[in-house]
Amino acid sequence: MAYKFDFGAIVPHWELLVDGMILTTELTVIGAVVGVGLGIMGAWARASRAPVISQIVGVYVELIRNTPFLVQLFFIFFGLPALGVKLSEFQAAVLAMIVNLGAYSTEIIRAGILAIPQGQIEAAQSLAMNRVQIFRYVVLLPALKKIWPALSSQIVIVMLGSSVCSQIAAEELTFGANYIQAINFRAFEVYFVVTGLYLAMSILLRMGLKVLGNFLFERRRHV
Amino acid sequence: MSEFSLWDIVYNLLLAARWTVLLSLTAFVLGGIVGLLLLMVRTAGNPWVVRFVRGYVELFQGTPLLMQLFIVFFGLPLIGLDVSPWVAATFGLTLFTSAFLTEIWRGCVESVGRGQWEASASLGMNFTQQMRYIVLPQALRIAIPPTVGFSVQVVKGTAVASIIGFVELTKAGTMITNATYAPFTVYGCVAVMYFLICYPLSLFARHLEGKFRNVAR
Repeated sequence: MAYKFDFGAIVPHWELLVDGMILTTELTVIGAVVGVGLGIMGAWARASRAPVISQIVGVYVELIRNTPFLVQLFFIFFGLPALGVKLSEFQAAVLAMIVNLGAYSTEIIRAGILAIPQGQIEAAQSLAMNRVQIFRYVVLLPALKKIWPALSSQIVIVMLGSSVCSQIAAEELTFGANYIQAINFRAFEVYFVVTGLYLAMSILLRMGLKVLGNFLFERRRHV
Repeated sequence: MSEFSLWDIVYNLLLAARWTVLLSLTAFVLGGIVGLLLLMVRTAGNPWVVRFVRGYVELFQGTPLLMQLFIVFFGLPLIGLDVSPWVAATFGLTLFTSAFLTEIWRGCVESVGRGQWEASASLGMNFTQQMRYIVLPQALRIAIPPTVGFSVQVVKGTAVASIIGFVELTKAGTMITNATYAPFTVYGCVAVMYFLICYPLSLFARHLEGKFRNVAR
């Protein structure tokens, strides 16, 4: 007996998918903003001359980059309550995404910082800029501009990776898909459609980040 | 409830870690073969093939690995193939790996200068000979560090296979947690084992990067 596809079976549940997409977007936006912020601090610490802090950040980066996101998520959601830190599904998912992206973006931004010519920093010093000013205007902004494409890809990867947050019952897009296929038993159709939704979201996110990059790093004239 | 000592936990996780390693190796080797085939047909330059490979890469890089595994796991039975989680995971991860590797290698092949192609063509070499003797040997040198680096992503990707029910390291961690109620210890051990598999690969990739950079310049 040949299988009859029935994509119409998803239509009555469309609201679940929309809710899921909204939650996935929330996770991604919070994760990206705080995660990149963490990455900037991490990169600064790595570039600073305090060896202990630099090494601690280095260990954090290697630990995160060499373990699966799913295990990090399980550790935060199931493991941390043993230490008295109890988080909701959403909080655990956001925290995992922040911690994960923080490590990757530390490494990416650090590469950008290392590519800043020493002469630029010396020139800024000769203009009597202080350390914070130098870091902000002379090091960080040009570095971010240089590594923006790599950072954008990493944010897209984190957005796609958030699909495993359904495993701790955070109600994002994949959770919605699991829920629907449990009701109508149309697993293939549901996952096929949701895969398409993820593809559309990743294309939109990439475009959005490109526009944001153009906006952030366009040449501004200070008069 | 049975009593689990720390050693019992570690021992059982180690048994499961063999499956993580086996799945990673299989997916990496098969994905490498498929990726190489895709690279060859893409470089040969039929515009439709180029478009197809570009779409293939876009599809696998633009969707979650979990969705890819779900589609394979629930889709193959629809065309009459009864698949176990092992087959579905291998198949899905192979496709995933091939898409990323073919994209990494494309960059490496394109970095071989146009003149090399033209010179070898002027010696009367056909496409296969050009690839085999001229382009791939040069591209290989640049390709090795990022390829080793990507193997870490494959190992971490196998964790997602636990969700379609393949019993590897992460799934074993969940099962042991359900028996011991010690998630902190168990997932801590799971993370350490992934780290022990992945970190040497990362270090090796970094080492190669430094080594080949000196050769290339």
